Amino acid sequence: MADPRNIDIKDQPGFRSIAIICLCVLYVPVLILMIFSLNSGSLVTQWEGLTLGWYGSALLNEEFHSAAKNTMIISVTATIISTTTATLAAIGMTRVKPWRGLSTAFMIINLPLMVPEIITAVATLSFFALIAGMFGLNFGIGNLILAHTVFCIPFAYMPIRARLEDMDLTLEYAAADLYATPWNAFKRVTLPLLVPGIMSGAALAFIVSFDDFTITQLVAGPGQTTLPLYIWNQIRRPMTPEINAISTILLLVSILFVSVSFLIARRRAN
Amino acid sequence: MVATTLSKAALFETGAAKATARRNRLLSVPALVIIGIFGVLPLIIICVYSFLVAAPYGGVQWQFSTDAYLNFLFQRDIFDDTLQFTPDFLIIYLRSFLFAVVTTVICLLLGFPTAYFMATRAPAQRNWWVLLITIPFWSNLLVRTLAIMFIIRDEGLINNALMALGVIDKPITMLYTNFAIQLGLLYAFLPFMVLPLYSSLEKLDFRLIEAAYDLYATRRQVLWRVIIPLSRPGIIAGCLLVFIPALGAYVTPLILGGGIHLMIGDLIAQQFGSGRNWPLGCAQALILMAAVLVALFFYVRNTSGRIQHG
Repeated sequence: MADPRNIDIKDQPGFRSIAIICLCVLYVPVLILMIFSLNSGSLVTQWEGLTLGWYGSALLNEEFHSAAKNTMIISVTATIISTTTATLAAIGMTRVKPWRGLSTAFMIINLPLMVPEIITAVATLSFFALIAGMFGLNFGIGNLILAHTVFCIPFAYMPIRARLEDMDLTLEYAAADLYATPWNAFKRVTLPLLVPGIMSGAALAFIVSFDDFTITQLVAGPGQTTLPLYIWNQIRRPMTPEINAISTILLLVSILFVSVSFLIARRRAN
Repeated sequence: MVATTLSKAALFETGAAKATARRNRLLSVPALVIIGIFGVLPLIIICVYSFLVAAPYGGVQWQFSTDAYLNFLFQRDIFDDTLQFTPDFLIIYLRSFLFAVVTTVICLLLGFPTAYFMATRAPAQRNWWVLLITIPFWSNLLVRTLAIMFIIRDEGLINNALMALGVIDKPITMLYTNFAIQLGLLYAFLPFMVLPLYSSLEKLDFRLIEAAYDLYATRRQVLWRVIIPLSRPGIIAGCLLVFIPALGAYVTPLILGGGIHLMIGDLIAQQFGSGRNWPLGCAQALILMAAVLVALFFYVRNTSGRIQHG
């Protein structure tokens, strides 16, 4: 056996290969999908030549426009509501003495993460059907916004809470010591320090809302097609690389927001 | 940690801060109200619905009945009104359970070495790896599933390549099979395993590994008797994060199973669509929820047990 001092004690044989295989497995199918969005032939899987034409026809498509518009209305509104309420909740649950019901409150905030999506979907559908039947209430696209807000809250909450817990409390203490009112201390000390957490939370809330398929599909009424629903409708017709182009756009949006959220979090760590 | 607790205590010593702290609790109200009304209340509603009678065109009739739960295992004979054991739904549940277990095991076998490899890189390289695993974690599941579909279709990349090479002369049917669903689940949930494992392995104290080697442990012994026991919380968290969504998977079997091979998720959605039996769908959803709660209970018991043993 080799002298232990000469081997890297952290290494395990074969782990490098498995890690590289995992990375390939995760990326090759998606990269192929992206490459075929540039295919000039009209088949999704037979390469014929290079073109950007499918992006053109996707972006000029009326249905795509209305789906993109719906998606933006829902995602942006849900992101704003969920990030605001999640920020308040994170403050109300960390900058306090432990209160009775705190752990229950924490469970409620995280509930949407524990319930399988399909259950949330049918439950929300039943709920809106019930209030429509009993009180004649239908918020239109508001139904989708509310449904999205619920599952966006825990995603926005996590990074904000993590940031609050990392924060140096002596700064807030010093502000109070220097006769800052609680509101001023919050506005001038806590909030500026909290901004990266809020941005990271908002980015995550936006992605989960933007990408949601299951809950949207069951809750959406007629004319409330979002981009994932639009893709689903396209799959059921004869497919052209246009669907690859739209899919690529969706992936790029996710990648952009994940990277932003990740970079903010990493700057925090450094 | 101790310092934070102390300064936090100090912060609440002053009278004004005390009042603020009390008022601060109210800040969590809006989020709790939104989730309470639009998240918790709907779950209560499906509990109620599961004990009602299906209306002919979807929805429910307000009439108490346990038929939804009986229908889960039995079918009422139209002629003599006797109950007959029909295991159709039970088979779908068991199949989904099997899919979820296989997915969890394979994800663990692939994910553990990956997470360990990531955790042992230099910090700069580590960040890149984490980003590369995080991107698929947050990417659109529908689109990722579609990518798998394009590859395994009859006229997909694999069949085209094999036919061009002359290995086969007829495409191998892979889409709309159990294999397709299994592959799709693995692909979907692999990042869900790697990330929690990584965050647990990242905190590993490598001096313990050094100590093990000093005591003449082999590489294999170090892995099985030092690294794996120390990363147990990460392993449990990762398995749970894969198992729960895999059990309730909806998109993957919808696209890759093509309605032939159902999983629980599709079965539930069907009752609200073409099946037009909302109470049955609610009962099926609650039975799935019960399975999830059992898994969560197992998790809580395991992790809290670990803390007690120190």
